[in-house]
Amino acid sequence: MTRYIIQRLIYMVITMFLIATLTFFLMKFLPGTPLSAADKLSDEQQAVVLEKYGLNDPVPVQYFNYMVNLAQGDLGISFQFDNREVTTIIMERIGPSVQLGFQAMIIGTIIGMLLGLVSAIYHNGIMDYTSTFLAVLGQSIPSFVFAGLLQFYIGVKFGWLPVALWEGWEYTILPTISLAIFPIAIAARFMRTEMLEVMGSDYIVTARAKGVNKVGVVFKHGLRNALIPLITVLGPLAVGLMTGTLVIENIFAVPGIGEQFVKAINMNDFPIIMGTTLLIAFLFIFIILVIDLLYGVIDPRIRLAEGE
Amino acid sequence: MEKLLDVKNLHVSFDTYGGEVKAVRGVNFDVKKGETLAIVGESGSGKSVTTKALMHLIPKPPGRIKEGEILFEGRDLAKMNEKQMQKIRGKEISMIFQDPMTSLNPTMKVGNQIMEGLIKHQKMSKPQARKRVMELLELVGIPDAENRMKQYPHQFSGGMRQRVVVAIALACNPKLLIADEPTTALDVTIQAQILELMKDIQKKTDSATIFITHDLGVVANVADRVAVMYAGKIVEVGTVDDIFYNPQHPYTWGLLGSMPSLDSADEELFAIPGTPPDLMHPPKGDAFAARNKYAMKIDFEQEPPMFKVSDSHYAATWLLHEHAPKIEPPAAVKKRMEGMANSSSSSEGERV
Repeated sequence: MTRYIIQRLIYMVITMFLIATLTFFLMKFLPGTPLSAADKLSDEQQAVVLEKYGLNDPVPVQYFNYMVNLAQGDLGISFQFDNREVTTIIMERIGPSVQLGFQAMIIGTIIGMLLGLVSAIYHNGIMDYTSTFLAVLGQSIPSFVFAGLLQFYIGVKFGWLPVALWEGWEYTILPTISLAIFPIAIAARFMRTEMLEVMGSDYIVTARAKGVNKVGVVFKHGLRNALIPLITVLGPLAVGLMTGTLVIENIFAVPGIGEQFVKAINMNDFPIIMGTTLLIAFLFIFIILVIDLLYGVIDPRIRLAEGE
Repeated sequence: MEKLLDVKNLHVSFDTYGGEVKAVRGVNFDVKKGETLAIVGESGSGKSVTTKALMHLIPKPPGRIKEGEILFEGRDLAKMNEKQMQKIRGKEISMIFQDPMTSLNPTMKVGNQIMEGLIKHQKMSKPQARKRVMELLELVGIPDAENRMKQYPHQFSGGMRQRVVVAIALACNPKLLIADEPTTALDVTIQAQILELMKDIQKKTDSATIFITHDLGVVANVADRVAVMYAGKIVEVGTVDDIFYNPQHPYTWGLLGSMPSLDSADEELFAIPGTPPDLMHPPKGDAFAARNKYAMKIDFEQEPPMFKVSDSHYAATWLLHEHAPKIEPPAAVKKRMEGMANSSSSSEGERV
């Protein structure tokens, strides 16, 4: 088991290296320089600045320098906010995004799974139709529509919760709900399909033939067998939510990383783009490792022979 | 002997989009204490549905018990609700399933799967249940029980898994054991082992068994009495001797004739022509008439009642009517019957 994890960690480093390389060169294909928007600078001034940031060096040299710094954990200095470290900027911004994404994932998974379970248990009943309908709505209506509705009714009309900004936990509630709608829908749909399939399998009949009651059949025998496909889709979704969602962060004026990322792309702020991409990539690879380990926890057939 | 189970006029239907499928259409049979009743018939004849209905294990909806009584020690199971059935299932009636590869929960330890019923029905504590599981595993012939019970089903071979399924069924000493084609999914050598095991266990526990199969060789091996099902009805019922040496229904002849045997290499294998009827629109008269070369006019008009052949032997065919012409089973079947008589007297010796 330990050997497996170490092996996976080595793969992670290789993958990160490849992603860094790829992103670096892709970025070099972007038209313009960080100074393209700054018309006010004379050509001479621009040359000085480009020289300062090493952007006049040949691309392979730039690449080499970047990778050497990266290996030392240095993501460089932002072009927009001069002399501020990319690491510091990302750290400042990642907190709200992760918090929102995490809350939304927890709520989304729990509610979605319950909806899916109810659907499967009362298959083709009124509960099933209602929850399927909700799931379709949640998946097809964009989150900013819900965000707007929540802001208007809960925030403005009833005044129960703050409309926007980031000044305390109550400020996280509305964006969390808006973000959670999509995972709810996804989890509900997957849970329903999987649970229906599981409930039709032979071992469920065996369990019922033992005299196990409905709750026992669903939770003790059904749920665990239905989880694998669910975590397969929810993992990457969680990364997506935690690394910032531009729209929701904008609507609720949340100082998250999604907003920053888009700004950096518009400004050709290479170090920020690189840093954020690498962070997202790292989280993805990490979550995939976690999911692979979870598979083994859930399903003994996937467990590694070594662990036994 | 005392009747343990008495099924009277059982009808089971499935409501599908296309209409009502009458899978079981008025079945009567009984099982006495300690006895083994085999139910035979081809796929779709309703044998599995009948027994699943006894335990309310048919999917509801679309399935439902339309009418009839299922008297188990005098209580009518047909009228029981889900809650009441949960106390019967696994405790008084339990079931062995066909495919051991799919009938065990892949994510639950084998020991826990056997323990479940014990903890639920016998209110055992975990250590008590664990002790009983070890006994059960030993009983069904799984060595190294202590370690095996901590393993998952995928760590067992097919035959071993079926032994686990048997152990689950036996856990609470049920009065009635329903074995739904327990050897169909196993290869022949394992089949024989499981059959031996079941016979052995029956001797030890004295529970009654309903044995569903389409393998007549298995029937001769394990059963006391046989019920032959066709198109949702029992067409012939009798002791093993009645059915094998003195079959009366043309469908039973067909089944016996289609049974390959080792000493009949030169013989042609007999097949029953046609396919079973569509149970959404069951035919008028005898359901088997269309495939029966001995069918008479009345077979297409009226359903035959159960004619009594002997005290233990009944068959639903108009051929037994006093005005019907006397018809002998086809030569191939007769030969098969004789062969069976010889081989079973020479090799079987004793039947349990």
